[in-house]
Amino acid sequence: MSATTPLARFWDDFRANTLAVIALGVVIAIVLIALAAPLIAPQNPYDLATLVLTDARRPPGFVGSKGFTHWLGTDAQGRDLLSAILYGLRISIQIGILAGVIAFGIGATLGTFAAYFGGRIEALIMRIIDLQLSFPAILLALVLAALLGQGKGPLIAALVTAQYAYFARTAHGAASAERSKDYVEAALSTPLSPRRVVFRHILPNCMPPLIVVATVQIANSIALEATLSFLGLGLPVSEPSLGMLIANGFQYMLSGRYWISIYPGVALIILIVAINLVGDQIRDQLNPRLRR
Amino acid sequence: MLGFMIQRLLQALVVMLVISALVFIGVYAVGNPIDVLISPDATQAIREAAIKAYGLDQPLWKQYLDFLARLVRGDFGRSFIYNMPVLDLIASRIPATLELTLVAVLGATFLGVPLGMYAGYRPDSVLAKIIMTVSIFGFSVPTFWIGLVLIFTFAVQLGWLPAGNRGDTATLFGVEWSLLTANGWKHLLLPALNLSLFKFAMMVRLARAGTRETMLTDTVRFARAAGESEFTILRRHVLRLIAIPIVTVFGLEFGSTMAFAVVTETIFSWPGVGKLIIDSISSLDRPVMVAYLMLVAFFFIIINLLVDLSYAALDPRLRTRRAT
Repeated sequence: MSATTPLARFWDDFRANTLAVIALGVVIAIVLIALAAPLIAPQNPYDLATLVLTDARRPPGFVGSKGFTHWLGTDAQGRDLLSAILYGLRISIQIGILAGVIAFGIGATLGTFAAYFGGRIEALIMRIIDLQLSFPAILLALVLAALLGQGKGPLIAALVTAQYAYFARTAHGAASAERSKDYVEAALSTPLSPRRVVFRHILPNCMPPLIVVATVQIANSIALEATLSFLGLGLPVSEPSLGMLIANGFQYMLSGRYWISIYPGVALIILIVAINLVGDQIRDQLNPRLRR
Repeated sequence: MLGFMIQRLLQALVVMLVISALVFIGVYAVGNPIDVLISPDATQAIREAAIKAYGLDQPLWKQYLDFLARLVRGDFGRSFIYNMPVLDLIASRIPATLELTLVAVLGATFLGVPLGMYAGYRPDSVLAKIIMTVSIFGFSVPTFWIGLVLIFTFAVQLGWLPAGNRGDTATLFGVEWSLLTANGWKHLLLPALNLSLFKFAMMVRLARAGTRETMLTDTVRFARAAGESEFTILRRHVLRLIAIPIVTVFGLEFGSTMAFAVVTETIFSWPGVGKLIIDSISSLDRPVMVAYLMLVAFFFIIINLLVDLSYAALDPRLRTRRAT
């Protein structure tokens, strides 16, 4: 099969790995389900008026007083767990993508500019980034979340700070290689502004490795957000993300009510593993050393 | 070698200064510094006395120098909650974190490296596939959720192991260790397993990738031609060649494992430094937060320094090039 555009060729290669295709399908399905959560969830888990306390902590399959079956059971407030998971996925994906995109923007810009300017500026920026990479991301995020307080904004700021360095280093590596190529010299010999050369000429050619980092980092920021929320440093209780749901169920686990914590965790893991599998396949395809 | 060491030491010092400045700006200049120094429910008179005593009416550069001087003396102030010097408080929690991290990282290395080498040596065997599946699982699943599953399985359902706390401790060199009692080991097992899973996955991947590459090199071909047994080749040649990345990861991961212990300690109520920092964040015990930040930064710089130095010791090429 001879495909014409690079994208079509890329897709042909991608299709060869069945597992990755399934994973991609799972990711798309989860995103669609999360987007459609208000339409398909049996209950609005944030509407406290619809919660019935006598229905709290019921096992999976329990038929609640509202007449519908709680397929995954209910949590401590009598929330339908399936609905809570669907809404939680929505928040987790939203935070993960937002943090990933912002970190991408800041990191790629910093890394590319460092490679473009070279010299002292490059040495300084990369030194700071290397330094930051030697500290565990979770610790940075933890400290920032603690200093900035609760809420979506501070949480995203913490995630971005913990992750932009990975983008910056990848962009710097790729851009340094591009910087010495003839087409960049050619572009520089024309009266184009440096900004235009960086963003329109160099950056597009650094995209492949950055996309790989982006998939991994989105999965990471979803996991990191869940961890922070689990530790009580993430989102406010009124909008439980998956991590918060798991944290809320933790205390009931010791008395054997496993479902409140386990099912949100399963949803989280399916999402993260699927994103990672897709990312692995893209990385293999873009790795020139594995090209036949 | 000596020149290299001195150069690295100086670099580490500079980094430490930069970090202390960042922490100073972050906590002292941006936030209200008096909140870090005295309890929020102190009276106005005490507040003003403290502002004078700590020199908060001084210019910023002088305040920073004072801050540095206090750091060097190890004076981090007193914890609001525990009402004891912060340094003593943190020091009393370090052994718990240290033994948990040690058991986790050593376990992950001594299991992960041989299994990973096997998976790289016989990549198509069933055992290799099982090893790799476990490692992918360990890589993707968030630590805190595995902790919950472990507690539910082994503590709640089976009732084999306790779900939290350190258990009995025995005293050695004036420090309490769970490692020295059977009951302590029982308490240590689940949190250590939880903490080690991610590192185990990482070690397996590293050892497997290294072994696969090394098995194709001339070193192995010549060793085979010389009639050495496969086991000797793996142990004497392959292991030595893949040692560098493994030592690096061991060093770097030891630090990040201590950081990740925050999560594990919270789940298993393990009374270590990680649990302390989470508790102090939720109770706004800011002196503890500042001290923890500085100590962690210090710790990571030391680890990076040690990794650099052991690199030089393991790879003579690096040593001679850097020294000139």
